[in-house]
Amino acid sequence: MRDGMGRIQHVLLIGGTSDIGRAIVASLRPSEGTVLAGRDPDALRTAASGLASAGLPNVTTCPFVAGDGRANEESLTQALQGRDVDVVIVAVGELGDQRLIEAEPSEGSRLATSTYVGGLEGSLIGSRLLASQGHGTLVVLSSVAALRPRRSNFVYGSAKAGLDFLARGLRDALRGTGVDVVLVRPGFVHSRMTEGLPAAPLAITPSAVGAQVARILARRAGGRRAAGSVVYAPPALRYVMAVLRALPGPVFRRLPL
Amino acid sequence: MTGSAPAGGSATHAGDTRMVTGWGRCTRSVAHMVQVTSVEDVSHAVTNAGVRGVVARGAGRSYGDASQNGGGSLLDLSALNQARLSSDGALVTVGAGLRLDDLMRWLLPQGLMVPVSPGTGRVTIGGMIAADVHGKNHHVDGSFGSHVASLDLIDGRGEQRRLNPEQPEFWATVGGMGLTGVITSVAFRPLRVETAYAVVNVERFARLQALMDAMREQDRRRRYTVAWLDNVGTGGPVGRGILATGDNAAIGDLDPSRMGDPLRLSQDRALTAPRTVPSGLLNRASVGTFNAAWFAWEGRPRTGEIQHLTRFFHPLDRVERWNHIYGRKGFIQYQFVVPDNAGSVVEEVLAALHRAGAPSFLTVLKRFGEGNPGPLSFPMPGWTLALDLPVAGSGLKDVLPALDRMVVEAGGRFYLAKDAHASPSSFAKGYPRLDEWRRCRDTLDPERRFVSDLARRLELVPPG
Ligand SMILES: Cc1cc2nc3c(=O)[nH]c(=O)nc-3n(C[C@H](O)[C@H](O)[C@H](O)COP(=O)(O)OP(=O)(O)OC[C@H]3O[C@@H](n4cnc5c(N)ncnc54)[C@H](O)[C@@H]3O)c2cc1C
Ligand SMILES: NC(=O)c1ccc[n+]([C@@H]2O[C@H](COP(=O)([O-])OP(=O)(O)OC[C@H]3O[C@@H](n4cnc5c(N)ncnc54)[C@H](OP(=O)(O)O)[C@@H]3O)[C@@H](O)[C@H]2O)c1
Repeated sequence: MRDGMGRIQHVLLIGGTSDIGRAIVASLRPSEGTVLAGRDPDALRTAASGLASAGLPNVTTCPFVAGDGRANEESLTQALQGRDVDVVIVAVGELGDQRLIEAEPSEGSRLATSTYVGGLEGSLIGSRLLASQGHGTLVVLSSVAALRPRRSNFVYGSAKAGLDFLARGLRDALRGTGVDVVLVRPGFVHSRMTEGLPAAPLAITPSAVGAQVARILARRAGGRRAAGSVVYAPPALRYVMAVLRALPGPVFRRLPL
Repeated sequence: MTGSAPAGGSATHAGDTRMVTGWGRCTRSVAHMVQVTSVEDVSHAVTNAGVRGVVARGAGRSYGDASQNGGGSLLDLSALNQARLSSDGALVTVGAGLRLDDLMRWLLPQGLMVPVSPGTGRVTIGGMIAADVHGKNHHVDGSFGSHVASLDLIDGRGEQRRLNPEQPEFWATVGGMGLTGVITSVAFRPLRVETAYAVVNVERFARLQALMDAMREQDRRRRYTVAWLDNVGTGGPVGRGILATGDNAAIGDLDPSRMGDPLRLSQDRALTAPRTVPSGLLNRASVGTFNAAWFAWEGRPRTGEIQHLTRFFHPLDRVERWNHIYGRKGFIQYQFVVPDNAGSVVEEVLAALHRAGAPSFLTVLKRFGEGNPGPLSFPMPGWTLALDLPVAGSGLKDVLPALDRMVVEAGGRFYLAKDAHASPSSFAKGYPRLDEWRRCRDTLDPERRFVSDLARRLELVPPG
């Protein structure tokens, strides 16, 4: 339960090893506990001890594998041990290799499972948990790649577009339940996902995303729900994307994106 | 008698499912409001509580999340508002949903008064027991629980129990914040009064230490004592303060115009604060102006002023919904008590808030006398300070943890009825008998049906 100053007690990170996800948790500084959910127990343990040495209390882990549906729901519910969770962050996904997918369609279904199905399960389970307790915030990591198909990553973009759509639907569906949905659309973030790729303009660090999300959550905790339910990271991308989305196809296709 | 809906903090309607906040409007969650009209209804609601449990909501005058229960049920007992006086006039029995101001309107003309009143009349009797409220006479009369002869409680099995002060379950309920069960009816010993007035003296002080010394002195002489401090004044960090003391007025104290009708009810009409004010409007400047005005008016030195008891006990009730002036983010009432020998913490806390630039709208200081056997009852001998701190635009988040440490290290503790900031550990340190209370609570409610947002946040009732 958040206190009167909006301080957060418990956070659940789905995609527990995610660079961006962990940076958000580190900025939110939950005072009582954090659960990291993911598919790789060793990597989760490392992530947990990293957050613990950054001073976060009671960091625990639990299994979450995209596509496992019911098992994921049981795992997350059990990991919370009957406690309320103030913020659920959905940071599952993989970028995939567009060229490889075009050559090998089954790679595409793997990406769709990790990025769309994983995101969907995290969002649906998370919103159910939050709605049943009558308060809380669901943070869903979408992407600017969801906004307009690009030659270089439109399969990933299609999965993110599905998740973006889902999160907006949930935001409306959850009205009156006390649950707030914050949709985050980062641009290029220097993380494990983009390692080795040439940085795009306006590239930022996971900690910058973390700080920005924490600021928005603090503002919205005071009931200012009008501002910031869709967050661009960095904020300038909102305008860049507005322009890019409005460009005619022939112009857009010639851009090096 | 008439009751009124438990509005308090806000409750936005969506069928019977609503967003509910405390009086400070800084904590919120969605819960199902259940109107009960009989003891049987209460019992039914308790036995049919879902996984998120149930708790009573009085008038919503607690500042934090005590009468919130996200995802669960809140019982509105405003229909349980009967009042009865025993034939010898020694015992008043009331429904727990009755509001204190309504009760006072019924008692005063009969020459009776509640033995203890909090700073507002807009609370229910159930809420007064659950928080074990204290008043300006704590140093003489203790808290409300000490004047209760018996109470009826619906426990976690939906069964009714009549509890008296001989039983540990009684004391677990007094100050137990609704977590031992639903109080349906209360029998207490009223105070006999000759008039509906108090004789009031007000003295100004330029320095806190002098004020505290005077208060200690006045506590030996007066039934009622309270001090208001100006935490944003210009005369140094803890600037000025006023000490108000008083006693119930005897007929002989009244001027002839009032003597004819010494038990007359107050004719004050309430004003209403504007509904929407942008967050942060109540900034340093406006707090300063408010304090200056308050000190100029309420703080003008005088002796022997005759004040109506309603006015004397409930000065803020003259402005309806004044809690809305703090804007969207609301405010926190920070109230703690420290032992007598740690009185210096009062000054340290004021100084720390001053340094942090966190203005306090109303700062009230009071000395407590002995506590009672309630394991979660707040009062203990020492100094209690209550500050109203707007959440918006202040560095509260950064200063409060340091203040918490000061209070806890001095052997002090926080008041659950006001709390919206403590952590499970900072709370527990101040209440060494918490585990004893938990065990007793579990015997009353083995399935842990009674729960609130406060109980979850502070882990009063262990999860699971
Ligand atoms: C302006 C103002 C001044 C105040 N001054 C003082 C003061 O001087 N001294 C002081 O001690 N307090 C003071 N208070 C606090 C107030 O007295 C307490 O918070 C009180 O509990 C509020 O009662 P309520 O009916 O509004 O209860 P709520 O705020 O609705 O509920 C408070 C708690 O009581 C429980 N509860 C309510 N009804 C029942 C019931 N029937 N059975 C079981 N549990 C129940 C709830 O579950 C909750 O835990 C003040 C509050 C305000 C707004
Ligand atoms: N980096 C960017 O530029 C960028 C931009 C926009 C949006 N995003 C989105 O932000 C989120 C976090 O990304 P990140 O940059 O922090 O990358 P990251 O560090 O690679 O994190 C991705 C997370 O998803 C998990 N995951 C992937 N597939 C999974 C599966 N099948 N089952 C369970 N977990 C799976 C990963 O777990 P493992 O450790 O087990 O692999 C990891 O925890 C993602 O949703 C991403 O799409 C990133």
